[in-house]
Amino acid sequence: MILLLLIIIPLAGALLSWIAASRNALWSRYIALACLLIDLAITGQIWATHEASGGRWLYQYKVDWVPHFGISLNLAMDGLSLLMLVLTFFLGALAVLISWKEINQRVGFFHFNLLFVLAGITGVFLTMDLFLFYFFWEMMLIPMYFLIGIWGHENREYAANKFFLFTQAGGLLMLLAILALYFIHGANTGVYTYDYFSLLHTPMQQETARWLMLGFLIAFLVKLPAVPFHTWLPDAHTEAPTAGSVILAGLLLKTGAYGILRLVLPLFPEASVYFAPWIMFLGVLGIIYGGMLAYAQTDLKRLIAYTSVSHMGFVLVGAFSFNALAYEGVVMQMIAHGISTGALFIIAGALYERIHTRNILEMGGLWSRMPVMGSAAMIFVMASLGLPGLGNFVAEFLILLGSWQANRWITVFAAIGLVVATAYSLRIMQKVFFGPGNQQYAPADLNKRELVIIVALVMAILLLGLHPQPVLNTSQKTDYVVR
Amino acid sequence: MSFADFISLGPLITLFTAVVISMLLIAIRRNHRITYAFSLLAYLMALTAIIPAMLYIPHAVPPLLVVDEFSLFNTGLVLTSGFIILLLSYNYFQEREERKEEYYLLLPLATTGALVLVVSRHFMSLFLGLEILSISLYGLIAYLRARERSDEAGIKYLILAALSSAFLLFGMALVYAFTGHMDFPGIGAALRQAGYIPVTVLAGFGMMLIGIGFKLGVVPFHMWAPDIYEGAPLPVSAFIATISKGGMLVVLIRFYVDIHGNDYSMIWWMLAIVAVASMFVGNWLALTQQNIKRILAYSSIAHMGYILVAFLSGVQTGLEAISFYLVAYFITSIGAFGVLIVMSSSVQDAETLDDYRGMFWRYPWVATVFTAMLLSLAGIPLTAGFIGKFYIVMAGVNGHMWFLLFMLVINSVIGLYYYIRIIAMMFKTPATGEVTYIKPSLPVAGNITLMLLTLVLIGLGVYPTAMMQLIQQMMKMIV
Repeated sequence: MILLLLIIIPLAGALLSWIAASRNALWSRYIALACLLIDLAITGQIWATHEASGGRWLYQYKVDWVPHFGISLNLAMDGLSLLMLVLTFFLGALAVLISWKEINQRVGFFHFNLLFVLAGITGVFLTMDLFLFYFFWEMMLIPMYFLIGIWGHENREYAANKFFLFTQAGGLLMLLAILALYFIHGANTGVYTYDYFSLLHTPMQQETARWLMLGFLIAFLVKLPAVPFHTWLPDAHTEAPTAGSVILAGLLLKTGAYGILRLVLPLFPEASVYFAPWIMFLGVLGIIYGGMLAYAQTDLKRLIAYTSVSHMGFVLVGAFSFNALAYEGVVMQMIAHGISTGALFIIAGALYERIHTRNILEMGGLWSRMPVMGSAAMIFVMASLGLPGLGNFVAEFLILLGSWQANRWITVFAAIGLVVATAYSLRIMQKVFFGPGNQQYAPADLNKRELVIIVALVMAILLLGLHPQPVLNTSQKTDYVVR
Repeated sequence: MSFADFISLGPLITLFTAVVISMLLIAIRRNHRITYAFSLLAYLMALTAIIPAMLYIPHAVPPLLVVDEFSLFNTGLVLTSGFIILLLSYNYFQEREERKEEYYLLLPLATTGALVLVVSRHFMSLFLGLEILSISLYGLIAYLRARERSDEAGIKYLILAALSSAFLLFGMALVYAFTGHMDFPGIGAALRQAGYIPVTVLAGFGMMLIGIGFKLGVVPFHMWAPDIYEGAPLPVSAFIATISKGGMLVVLIRFYVDIHGNDYSMIWWMLAIVAVASMFVGNWLALTQQNIKRILAYSSIAHMGYILVAFLSGVQTGLEAISFYLVAYFITSIGAFGVLIVMSSSVQDAETLDDYRGMFWRYPWVATVFTAMLLSLAGIPLTAGFIGKFYIVMAGVNGHMWFLLFMLVINSVIGLYYYIRIIAMMFKTPATGEVTYIKPSLPVAGNITLMLLTLVLIGLGVYPTAMMQLIQQMMKMIV
């Protein structure tokens, strides 16, 4: 029941904050923030106490929804879901905070969409029914489309449409695969159901399994995104408002990674092993190509967007290494990337609010004017290039360690990605905060609200880097496919 | 005619009698309000007449008609849709035409035609129903005489409908010539006995397909659709998009099931080509349109293509899927046209994309309704359209129609593009400067109707079980 509550609170909050906005825009912000903090508190509470419970599945909740088709409202939480949810509500609350001043128009509808998207993401992380999974998967699209399309920057409509069409196309292929799985399972066992646990052990021919796996995989590769399905990402991330970018980079991409871990690998273990080298190759391609593209950008948000492509490549490499070390690295990477990239987008947004440009060639020498923001940016840039002591290092190190056992050449090339990361990350610092200053700008440093946000993020990334054990312990409470 | 026949055909007879009475009413006294109220009452009575008819099902009225769960369900669907269209019509005609009363003769008459189609199981009744429907539509389409495009639309429909009816008749004659039957089960039995389809019958089916395809508006018999949607009064366009197509589809299902169409690959291929062509042509042509009526016309062509995919899957689930999809499609189409109706002013229809620019910020509730309808057409969760599309894809997977399904997936994505284009338009910032928007009439009845439609739409999207059970039970009976 508590799981259902986690979805219902943001949904109710979405409606409430929309209605409240017609009275007073400020209420709408408080309601949205309150809902997310409540959810954060609930999940935090679960996280603090879950060690005691022995099993992998901490909570389960199941009621029939459309029994005619074997669809049920089937929610369950294990270590992986728990971590993802904590991240969701943490970043969600920050997304409300950063929009406090940025979003002045149609405040109610903005928070409606924001909370709706978060409810959809929560659903994706919790559901154990494939129909419901698709349902939530699609449900988070529309509000995201509005977030980009209404409150975005100049080229927002193009970006929103592209985002929508790409993810929808991937999603429909997944739908076909889900349905095929449903019927194959039904034909072989006589039980027609979308229940994840039943479908896990569907007897089928290898060739069929490979096709079905590709159906699922493409949806997730688009979302992740992996080269060559990544072209929607730079546009969407760049044009979205700051909160939208944070949610896209921090959470939406993670649903793709989550889908691979939760569905692709367990449902089709043999097929995954069969395709593993190719997918790891795509991962490495993403790491290096994404990094190179990032280096070439002049638009700050676009640059950060391409670093996501690069970082998500590690997720792909790790997920298809099939060993415990790599999985822990992948989970760690999902969280650390969510926080570090989210933070970079927040900084980019704060800069844009002050100097109204995203072009890094026009910036420079900003450190002297805003040392606090500069140091914050320094920390997250260092996180992004994988400096020991920060979360991303732990993640990428574990992934490389794990993938070394699976495929050495892939690991070698993935490690080269770290060099590329250093190049593009340092370029951010160099062009924005150091170098010759552009005197026309006199931006103010971070204000209190922004400081709270940044401090929370810095604490999080430091904790992940210095004391990753709690996260790793929790992530072990998940059934991974280990070869 | 026995008592049971009488009760079974109650809805049909009620509505038909009401048409005659309201003709007399008009002769006595011309009053828009009275005629309107009487027509509403007639629809309600016809709807209530379904309840006693349920006692006698399944009941055949040989040789022409059959009343079973399937036909009663569709009777209910047609009547409810007609009722809703009527609700939306009053204000629209009140503002436009000096002689409004005859509209309330033609609309129930056309509905009667659709009802005949729904219960028919014989070429004769099929043709009768079709002609009642078509001839009423000639009048309805050209009803607003003062409008420039309305004559063009009326004449276009007249010529094409007459031509396609001729093909249909010729086709029926050819089928009859070989099988010696005009009732569907008889034809099926004769063909099964023969064990193959001879060329004459095949030619007959092909010609019938022209007639039926015209009414359904599938490619390549779709040319009329955009012009007529554009030229006809909005409620009539809603009628053509829903009841006229739905009635024809029901009779096609019955025919296909009764002749065991799935056993003959030629028929299957004919329909498969039509399905794929409809999806692609409908969606492609909709992409560049600037007029929402035309977009809806092309989109409905594509939707007929989707429905045909379920039709061709050849499984029980397919027929269920069609019924569910039809319900969703009826709600959605009427809702979409309803938005157009309430947004139109007394002089002008709100039909171009530009009329809807920034509408969300001016009329948030109507825009929300329209968004819901468009999302349902696109098949996005929380709407009935999603469940409907899901059902169709499910039927296709069940019947292993992989090729058709891939076509459907590709087309869903194309379709999405123009639906979100309209939605994006509504969420744009209103143009600044000297732009005068159409002043919408926003009648109260229309708004309430739209609100209810939206609730049903979301209700079906969230809790489809009850409707599914009803449909499943009903489909067990006819197959």
